[in-house]
Order: sequence, then C-alpha cells, then structure tokens
Amino acid sequence: MGYVAVKGGQDAIENANKLVDYFRWKGRTEPIQLDQTKTQMRFAVDRAMGEGSLYAPEHAALALLQVEGDSFEAAFHLRAYRATLERRFVAETLNTREMLVHRRISSTFREIPGGQILGPTRDYSFRLLNPSLLNATLGSIDQFIQQLRDEIDSRKLHAMTTYKKVIDIFLQEGLMSREPRPGEDRRLFDVTREAIKFPVPRSAVLQMLARAETGALMCMAYSTMRGFGDSHQTVGEMRIGEVPVRVTDRRGRLRYVGKIKVTEAEMVGGGGRRGAQAAGAAPAPRFSIGYGLCFGQNETKAICMGMVESALRNPDPDKPANNQEFVLYHTEVIEGYGFTNHLKLPHYVTFQAGLEGYRRATRRNAEKAKEETVGAAATGGAE
Amino acid sequence: MIQNVKFQKSFNYAYIDEFTKKEIRRKTLKAVASPGYQVPYSSPEMPISRGWGTGGLHLSLSLVGPNDVFKVIDQGSDASVNACNLRLFVQEMTNCALTFDTAAATIIQTRHRVPEEILTEKQILVLQVPQPEPLRSVERHEAKTRVMHAEADYAKMWVTLYEAYVRSGQLRTGAGHPLMVNGRYVATPSPIPSWDVPNLSMARCLYLFGAGREKRIHAIPPFTRVEPLEFDDIRFKVEEFVGVKCSVTNEDKAFMDQIYDDDFNQSYVVNDSNFLDKLRQGPRPPQKLFTNPE
Repeated sequence: MGYVAVKGGQDAIENANKLVDYFRWKGRTEPIQLDQTKTQMRFAVDRAMGEGSLYAPEHAALALLQVEGDSFEAAFHLRAYRATLERRFVAETLNTREMLVHRRISSTFREIPGGQILGPTRDYSFRLLNPSLLNATLGSIDQFIQQLRDEIDSRKLHAMTTYKKVIDIFLQEGLMSREPRPGEDRRLFDVTREAIKFPVPRSAVLQMLARAETGALMCMAYSTMRGFGDSHQTVGEMRIGEVPVRVTDRRGRLRYVGKIKVTEAEMVGGGGRRGAQAAGAAPAPRFSIGYGLCFGQNETKAICMGMVESALRNPDPDKPANNQEFVLYHTEVIEGYGFTNHLKLPHYVTFQAGLEGYRRATRRNAEKAKEETVGAAATGGAE
Repeated sequence: MIQNVKFQKSFNYAYIDEFTKKEIRRKTLKAVASPGYQVPYSSPEMPISRGWGTGGLHLSLSLVGPNDVFKVIDQGSDASVNACNLRLFVQEMTNCALTFDTAAATIIQTRHRVPEEILTEKQILVLQVPQPEPLRSVERHEAKTRVMHAEADYAKMWVTLYEAYVRSGQLRTGAGHPLMVNGRYVATPSPIPSWDVPNLSMARCLYLFGAGREKRIHAIPPFTRVEPLEFDDIRFKVEEFVGVKCSVTNEDKAFMDQIYDDDFNQSYVVNDSNFLDKLRQGPRPPQKLFTNPE
C-alpha cells in the first residue's frame, strides 16, 4: 500500500503517455508540419484560438497537432498557456469599421451600402466528398493559384477600402439607438481576473460568450428559435476580415501592434415580446442588435453568440438561453470538459459512504421487521 | 515563419504568476477571516483539467515555499493516479520536498478524505471541492444562494434534511454532509465521508477548501466550531462498518475500502494508505474517533 503502490501509479501514468505516442506514430506516416496545420486546417486553428481565448495561430496549430485534432484539448492547452502570460497592455477597443473585409453579408436588405461580398465560404457548395483533393501536389497548387490570378481583370479591381455598417441604416432611420439601455451595467469586467457574480455586466457576458464552446453556444442559440424562445433574428451584418489592434504605450502614444482576423455578427431582433413592448412606446427604437465577435473565421459561433447575447438581455426563467447562469456557466468549454471528464477519477470513498448509508437503512429495516415479528408473537402468546 | 524563441518559455515559480498568487493569498486570508464563507477568486486555468483538483492546486501553489513538505492524497491514498500526477506537477513547478508521511507534511492536498491521523497547528489541509455551494441542491441559482447565505436563510436546507429523514430514515446518505461553521455559514466539507466530518471541528490545523471550476475558496480556521447539520432528536451519524475488519491489520477503527478479488470475494482494508502503513509498523498514530449517538 505504501511506496510500491505509489510507484505503480506513477509508472502507469508514464506508460499511458508512451502509449499515446505509440498509437499516434504506429502508422509510421510523415509527421504533419506546423505550417501545414496552420494553413490547411484553418477552421480548426480559428476555433481553438477562439475557445482557447488566445490569438496565436502557431500556438493553436501546435496545440492541435499535439492533441491529434481534439478541439476541447486544443482550446484547453491554449487556455493553460494563456494563464501564464503577463498582461502588459490592454488593447484599445477594436474598430471593425476599419476591417479589411474578406467576406461580408447582410440578410436584412437585398442591397447594402458597399455591396454584399460572398467571399470565401462553403455555404453554397455541395457537401460531396472530393477524392480529387488527394491528387493535389505543390505543382497543382501553384497552377491553381496562377489560373486564379489570370482570371482577375486588374482594371476592374477597385482600390482597397473599408465599408460602412448595415446598422448605420437603422441608426440613420432612428430605428436603433446608440444610447445604452437604461440601467445597463457598463462596467468593464475581466472574466479571467475575477469570478463572475450575477447579474453579470454585459462586458463579461460578451467575453464569456466569445470564449464559449462553439457547439454549446449553437445549442443555446438554436433553442431560442426552435422551441424554447420565440425569436427569429436576422443577420443584420456578418463580416469577416482583419482588424488592426492598437495599444497605448507607457508614454501615452497609440501604437499599432498587429492585426487579427475576426468574425463579427450583428443580429437584428424583431418581433417577439420585446418588439411588442417597443411598439407600445411609440418613439422608442424598435430594434437592438445581438452582438457576436470571435477570433478567426467561425461564422456559426459569431451568429450564435449574437443570438444568445440578445436573448440574455431579456431574462426569462422559462427559456434556457435567456438565463445568464444557465448559459454562461454551461457553455464554458474548459470547465464543462474538465468536470464531465472528472467522472473517470476514482470515487470509491464517496461511493463507500453511500453504501454504508444504504446498509444502515437495510439493518434498521431488518431490526424493525424482527421487532414486529417478536411483538406479534408475544401478543399471540398472551391471547 | 515561427521563430524558435516563441516556444521557449520557462514558468514562474509554482507555475502561477506572482500577481495572481498574491490575489489567491488575499482571498484565502479573507476566507480564513470569515469561516465558511465562499470567497470568489480569479481561478486561472491550470494545465490540469477543471474538476480534477485545480482549486486545490491554486491553494497549494500559492502557499508552497522552498521549505515546505508536500503530500497529495486522493481517496485517502498517495498512490491514486491523479494524486501521483498532481504531486509530480507541484514538485516540478516548486522543487519542494515530498512525503507520504501524514505527520511530516506541512501542506496536504486531498480529495474526498481527511487523514485519520490528527493534524497539528503546523499543517494545512487543502481540500479539493467540486461544488462549494451546499445550497445548490435546493436552489439552482447562484445569485439566490448568495442572498440566502447573506441572510442566513437556511430553511430550505433544513426542510430537505427533514424530507430525507422521512423518506430514508436518516438525515442524509453519502458524502459531503453540510456543516454549520462557527454558528454562521452553512458550508460543504467537500465530498468527504461523514466519518471525517467530526475531525473538522476545533482542530489544530487550518482547513482550506478550493473549488477551481466554481472559482470559490472557503476555510475552516483552527479551533473553529463546526457542527454537522442535525436535529435535536435525529442526530448526525458517521459510517458504522458493522462487523468489518481490515484484512491487513485486523483493525476496525478507521474508514474502510471494500475490495474484491478475481473471484468476487469481498474484503475490507483501511482506506488511508499512510495510516495503514503506520498501523502495520506501529505505534498507532493519534486519531480522533467519533461515537454515534443512540
């Protein structure tokens, strides 16, 4: 029970680690390179960065390689690494109006100022397995890129530009207000430095949703429009592209430190309870946006974040997605992943404590039954 | 392309950066000052899974220094795989001394057990806590349970205990019997068996409870009155292990593990691995035993 058993536990861990490596390498295939992961597994990298709450494509690619593509583990590795980093500066608020847009769509209007830009998306592709991908070589890739370049008529290209926002239309028409909601908690909270307390300020809600697990967030968002909510929001605008990040240095100068790729979704609500309320008060704005923003290209997450953010601003205990505690605690990826998996740890002490309770109850019942029999016999004898 | 230097990072002493360690220590002091009160804290991510002892690690790593002697147990055993893993991590990050000897340790991190051997004023027991809120089973919303604690409104808890008694004939079955700490806050002892609960009261050591996932710390300082919730006529009881003896030591005064061999034959063995070692080697270490009321 003493030292030998302890050595046994440590040996088991070491062997488990070796076996993981063995199962990874036993196929004896070429190791995947970091830059291959970074450039050819873009969505996995982006998702890991978002859930891992750290914009670092190389680190995310390394994490994905290390854990053989497990999205929970990749996010977990990034979070654990992030927690060791110093916070030297706080970035200035991102201005997504400055975005170098790759893709930008709106479903609220047919034409929008600046135009709809479909950009890189698989939305309208057939989901058919494509075996020709297996024949790709560096040569065929070069050829593809060359062909694509040749197709572009440089005379038709307009200058690099930025785009106005679709919500500007609503603002201009007075259908939306820049004013915060009365009583809205505008404190800037940092969920990585402080435990949240309820009700949670909007800044903390947005941070937690931006770090949430994509699938969990989708589950919440889906529920708001499927059966546990009456919303059907519209994509006011979704834009994907690169945004400059700036910090103010110690001398007070604004410094450009690089650019990050983000997906931003502005979901426009309408109808439902809130719509009806607003209609009653005539001059009040009818629309508000549910805001979604996440690292990289993760459209599902940004859209779902917008929907859930909007739901959370209308608390309703009957709807899971309209309940801050339910959503924020249970979409948190590292906590949910860890706790559900902790069931694999030994629980024999707690189980034994439970067993002893049941045994005591059984003993008591047996004694009771015996007393009753004895009692009955005694009464029987007296008669 | 990525430069090599990007991945060359050494970690701070005890992994957590100094500012966060300081924050955790301040929150710990606050917890000690208000026995049984759950203090929210930052709870940074660790390279160990949430729910696997991160809260315990935060406390241990914020406390451990070069002269500390560290021990980790899980289910009463130094040998449990997760105990081995946490021990290795703490040692790699702090280079502290390790021990299996309960009496020799200055900091003991534990999951689901309090050691049988009486701890002294030179020792801190760090308990890993999955759910710090004893009222969670009666009120699901954190915002409401905090108000209930503030108002010392524990009516729902008492009703639940009464209902459990009506249904099952006992206050509660299983681990984690709720406590009244210092006559003020109802707190969880973490899922330790009832056997261990009486050891929390008026102890010489400091008990710290870390719930990493839920981001809460609470404490039972030395010589604090801790009462398991019970009624005047229906009393709290510890596990009885009727007719059970340890197959190794022939002992019956300790929490037991029930074990099965390949042919499903059942036997019992003392759960606390270091206590078992000491019983075998003698003399018997000091132990506080509780007698169930009639």
